[in-house]
This record gives sequence, structure tokens and C-alpha cells, in this order.
Amino acid sequence: MNVLATIGRFTLGFFRETGRLSVFTGDSVSGVVRPPLYWYLIAQQMMRIGFYSLPVVGLTAFFTGGVLALQIYNGASRYGAESFVPVVVLVGITRELGPVIAGLMVAGRVAAAIAAEIGTMRVTEQIDALTTLSTNPIKYLVVPRLVAAVISMPILVAIADSIGVFGGYVASTQSLGFNGAVYMNNTMNGLTFDDVSSGLIKAAVFGFLIALMGCFNGFHSRGGAQGVGSATTNAVVSASILILAANYLLTNLLFTK
Amino acid sequence: MSAAGTPKVELRGVKKRFGDKVVLDGLDLRIEPGHSLVVIGGSGTGKSVMIKCVLGILTPDEGQIFVDGQEVTNLRGRAREEVLRKFAMLFQGAALFDSLPVWENVAFGLIQGRGIARNKARDIAIEKLAKVGLGADVALLSPAELSGGMQKRVGLARAIAADPEIIFFDEPTTGLDPIMADVINDLIISTVKDLGVTTLSITHDMVSARKISDHIAMLYKGKIVWGGPTSEIDRTDNPFVDQFIHGRADGPIKMEVRA
Repeated sequence: MNVLATIGRFTLGFFRETGRLSVFTGDSVSGVVRPPLYWYLIAQQMMRIGFYSLPVVGLTAFFTGGVLALQIYNGASRYGAESFVPVVVLVGITRELGPVIAGLMVAGRVAAAIAAEIGTMRVTEQIDALTTLSTNPIKYLVVPRLVAAVISMPILVAIADSIGVFGGYVASTQSLGFNGAVYMNNTMNGLTFDDVSSGLIKAAVFGFLIALMGCFNGFHSRGGAQGVGSATTNAVVSASILILAANYLLTNLLFTK
Repeated sequence: MSAAGTPKVELRGVKKRFGDKVVLDGLDLRIEPGHSLVVIGGSGTGKSVMIKCVLGILTPDEGQIFVDGQEVTNLRGRAREEVLRKFAMLFQGAALFDSLPVWENVAFGLIQGRGIARNKARDIAIEKLAKVGLGADVALLSPAELSGGMQKRVGLARAIAADPEIIFFDEPTTGLDPIMADVINDLIISTVKDLGVTTLSITHDMVSARKISDHIAMLYKGKIVWGGPTSEIDRTDNPFVDQFIHGRADGPIKMEVRA
């Protein structure tokens, strides 16, 4: 009986949370199209989510691009296909690694920060205070973060793509003996709009998921410091899992003909 | 409570439960215009839930809530925001926005809720800070730089900034030393008198309750078990009130160990 009760509790809890998340997502998305839209808060959040994430995302992208070039060279050289290294680095970075690595890094940095900030506001009654001051907390706290993340992430990923490709260029020219001009020429010849745009679409979706998970978990945190800590952990874990799941679905949608 | 005219706020048969725990169990309460009602009761008796139901932060499972005779129980969106313009609240922990300086906290409702220009709202904020005994030099400080008593004063300034018709006070003196508690009580009395507002306070501090109220009601197990003028509270033979105001462990009120 205990096993059945546990399964029942888990099932009920799963559907309760799914329902709660659906309502929260609906309220948040509808808040984007209903005035007022707090533009100065959106700009402030773009700085926090996008600009301040640039160092960590840039460094990660640089080393990932470098490692990718080294690994591809290692595999390609077995078949005499070393000349494909620039194109494979480009495709790997723009289609997959750029958006996914940036998404995971921003999830760790931003989803945690959003959940901690909103969670603290929840347990200290600041969110209730917003309501009493005739201010919709979803519109004031959630919508600016969602909009900022959806705008910032593609910009961040576009920069990360460039840095990642540069990382591949540095590794290839410094460690693998590639000619710089030839490498850049091959890269530019391999560049297609679809590769870049698909990565940017992914980035916008990942940005939405990161902000949504941060806000949702923060908004529903309970029980003081421990509750805020749990909300922060849940935000990072759920955002990371959703990014990887969404990446699979989007790749399937965008590249499976 | 008296039954004359339309009450400012009225709760009829309000019920609210969280899981198996019944918090409000058919609560009936009237607050007449201009009255200062204090609801007393032990921790976990549903005082805060009652206030949150009136403000729409929580939705009652059953029952009706009226403000100026208009039913507000299930109002949402713009309609709820319109009703909330009549209200202000001083929270137990002040609930100041720590990302904003003091003056923006006070002016928040004016800027966001009423659309008043920032410069004008800032002047009003400094004027309201002066009313609670804080100088203009405090306006630029962050809430984290203030003592508990000062935070309560800023919370009070924020509550009165938009000239509300009804103010809720949630444990206004909890966590303060007796002198600062008395200062806050005096400020509540003077601001309420100046504005002529209706107030609902919840507290278990009997010194504060006697000082800031003209009527008192006692909440126990989700229901009002006694209500009347403050002057009568010491004369009532209600066993719940008698036990509570004298702070006795023995009596009809049994402390629940778990919430």
C-alpha cells in the first residue's frame, strides 16, 4: 500500500506542478502583450542577463571551439580530411555548441540569480507588497526578465559563435599548423544562413526557458532561507534539463527533413 | 460591532483551508467606516490569511468579501487593481523593496500604481517621510541601511503615500523594543487621525491593540469568538478573551504544537 501511496502522491504532485507551471507560463506570456511593459526594467535585465554573462560565455565558447578543432583534426586526419576542420568547427559551434553551452552557462548563472532574488522577495512579503501597491507582480518581475532573456540570448550566442570559431582558428593555427588565411577562407565559404539562424532560434527558446524556470521557482518558493535555496537549485536543474530536451526537439524540427 | 450603514469592509462566511488544515472557518467580520479595528489572536489562528483574502492575495474557498458594499471576492486583473487603490498595508517585516532606495519605496505606489511623474512622487515621498519622523537624508539610503524601527516607519510612509481609504497593519510592533513600539503606535494613531482612514490591524501585542484600536475582535480557530469596543475588553467574561489578554496557559485556548 505504501508503494501505491507513494506513486499516487508523486503522480498528483507532478500534475499539480505541471498545471501550476502552465498557468504561470500563460499569465507571463499574456503579460508581454498587455500594457504596461516596463522598458527600463527590460533594459536593466538585459544588462544583467546578457552583458554580465558575456565573460563566462565568451571564455567557455573560446575553449570549446579550440577543443572542437583539436578533436575533429584528430578524427579527420585518419581519413586525410583535415581540410574539413574549419567547416565542422563552424557547424558544430553555430548549430549546437554555441547555443547549448551558452544556454547551460547562463542557466547556472542567471536562473539561480533570478530564483534567489524573486524567492527572497516572496518569503519577505515583497511580492505581496507589490500587489497591495496596485502593481501586478507577474508584469513587474516576470515579464521584463522573460523579454530580456529572449532578446539577450541570441545576441549572446551570436557573440559566443564568433568567439568559438575564433577559438577553433587559434587552436588550428597555433597547434595544428593550419594557414590562417586558408582556415578563414574555408570558414567563410562554409558559412550558411541556416546554420546561424537555427542556433539563434534555439538561443531565444533557451532564454525563455531560463527566465521562466528562474521566475517560476522563485515565485513559488516557501519557508525562508531553505526554501529559497531549494528554489535556486530547482531553477538551475530544471532549466538545464529543459534546455537539453528543447535542443533535441528543435534539432529534430529544424534539421530533420 | 455596530450594524449601522454600509461597512467599509465586510467578510461573510469566509472559509479557507490549506490541505487538511482549516485556517478560516466561516469568518464573519464588519469594519465600519472610520473605525480602527484590531483583530487579536494567537499565532497560526488565521489573522494574516484573513487580510490576504481581503486583498486578493489569497482566494477564499467559500464566502464573500465586500468593500464599500461591492463584492470583491473573485475580482481579478484591472478590477482588482482598482479596488486595491483604496488599500494600503504595513507589513510585519516592512517588506521594503531592497533593490530601491527609501524614497522610491515610499513613492512606488504613486509612480507604478498612479502614474505620477518621478520628480513629483519624490517630493511627496519626502513629505510623507517627514510625517513619520524621518528626514530627507534618509531618502537616498537603501532599506538594508535602516534599523528595524526605521524600516517600519518607511513602511508606514509607503502605506500613507497614496492617501488610501483603508490601511491594514500586520503586527506593527512585532520585533521592536517597547519604546520604538510605542513610537510606532503613536505614529499609527496620528496618521490615521490625519487621514481619517479605516484601519484593520492584526496583532498579539495587547499594549499595541489597546492603544491603536477603538474596536477589538478576537479570532480563534478561524472564527471571531468575541468582538466589541476596546473599552469593554477588560469587562468581558468571554473565556477566550480572558485567557488571551492575561496570557494564561490554562483555558479554552489550546496551543497547537504543529501549524
